Amino acid sequence: MTLIDTQRRFSAWLAGGHIDVSAMMGPRAGRGLAVYRHAVGATLTAALRDSFGKTHAWLGEKAFDAAAVAHIQIRPSTSWTLSNYGEGFEATLAELYPYDPEVAELAWLDWSLRRAFEGPDPAEIDPADLAEIDWDAAILCFAPALAWRTIATNAAAIWRALSVGETPPAAASLDGPAGLIVWRQGLEPRFRTVDPVEQAALESALRGEDFATVCEMTARADPLGDPVRRVGELLAQWLGEGLIVGVI
Amino acid sequence: MTALAPFAGFGLGMRKPHYPAFLAGEVPVDFVEVISENFMVEGGRPLHVIDKVREHYPVALHGVSMSIGSAEGLNRDYLRRLRMLADRVQPLWISDHLCWTGAHGFNSHDLLPMPYTREALEIVRRNLDQAQEALGRPMLLENPSSYVTFAQDEMPEWAFLAEIVRSSGCFLLLDINNIFVTARNHAFDPAEYLAAVPADRVRQIHLAGHSQGREGLLIDTHDAPTPDPVWALYEGAIGRFGPVATMIERDDAIPPLETLLDELAIARRLATSKAGAMAA
Repeated sequence: MTLIDTQRRFSAWLAGGHIDVSAMMGPRAGRGLAVYRHAVGATLTAALRDSFGKTHAWLGEKAFDAAAVAHIQIRPSTSWTLSNYGEGFEATLAELYPYDPEVAELAWLDWSLRRAFEGPDPAEIDPADLAEIDWDAAILCFAPALAWRTIATNAAAIWRALSVGETPPAAASLDGPAGLIVWRQGLEPRFRTVDPVEQAALESALRGEDFATVCEMTARADPLGDPVRRVGELLAQWLGEGLIVGVI
Repeated sequence: MTALAPFAGFGLGMRKPHYPAFLAGEVPVDFVEVISENFMVEGGRPLHVIDKVREHYPVALHGVSMSIGSAEGLNRDYLRRLRMLADRVQPLWISDHLCWTGAHGFNSHDLLPMPYTREALEIVRRNLDQAQEALGRPMLLENPSSYVTFAQDEMPEWAFLAEIVRSSGCFLLLDINNIFVTARNHAFDPAEYLAAVPADRVRQIHLAGHSQGREGLLIDTHDAPTPDPVWALYEGAIGRFGPVATMIERDDAIPPLETLLDELAIARRLATSKAGAMAA
């Protein structure tokens, strides 16, 4: 048997395939094979626990590890780096907990914070560069580690409580959908919820629309408000938080 | 290709609970070893940590994901990222294991065993050539712990390693605990292994503990102090190889830093004593 055949058979067996690999092994291989199979499951489960700390705390060890085992069976690792293995765990949890949407939302938050932690470093914006901007045509450039999504539950409040060792609130639906953003400011991953008006402005800007269109989208989201003032406030906030790293 | 400068200090593997002390430069070691993959990231705190640690210590990059024994070849993106990290860190050297990690798109993230055949020799040599070319320096190859052998094995591990060193120009990172574990699991004499290793190519030694698994197997858990039989093997190794960079490698049940430094002091004492005896 060639090396490539040996490695492919061994891999398929490790991934859970019903393949007999004992014939290609030396004597007393059964006990050693068990060591390798155990190590793969333990390594991947440990990686998920590490990346999804608050989800682990929310579900409890037994339920989390059961979800990890299911994930390992459904989505074997394909990346060279273990740190990518959390990709898709949120989807596994959404399938396992269809009536507990806060679980997948917590997992999204855990994972997005982890990605932001080691994501690309944002450029530093120079305030002097903003002086000559033609704002109507301006395009905002956001921090590369920024992630956002719509949430339906109080997952953000649960995460915050767990992060400081407080008893988390019971899972609950929000009055209406809200946005949740994750980014990194300096070396620190951060997150916060955004209201529907900010979400409309942010989504427009993240689509690469010019600033005039961002203002228009903000006005549509809050027809009774003062869009010029609100957009000005949002711009100042985004700059202060390091969300915007350039304007072109 | 750049040669490796001589270096024979005593160090520790840097693990998260001890980051603050290493960042402050407070740990009395000659070098630190870091897991390469933990710092092969795009940005953020990991790169800040490695930059700060590098200000205080020489750093050895130790990888677990190159899959140098892969018959499917090496991952070019992995090599590119490792080269970027090496350019940033300017490490003492770069090491990885004699193993493979997966095939056909599946990655086990484990150090999987190689059949020791002539075909495997040629594949490992080819992969090492590619890696050393991409990294611009010779690598150190570490002997793995092993729990199975293959029916098609054509030579013992030590002969495989010696031939790889000869044909690729790489150096060796000898894990003394791994030799002990593998020797017990496969019933050979670890002294025979040490005697066959090309002494002039050993550039680093790992020391660690292991645990007793089921059915008589020893497991390379790295979660315990270096046990007496491994210390005895270490003495034999430095008696044969002379001064070699040596470090304690603890990966689980991480104790306080002082405990690891006490263990490292034993290695220093044994090496000093052996050097004195050889000089006399």
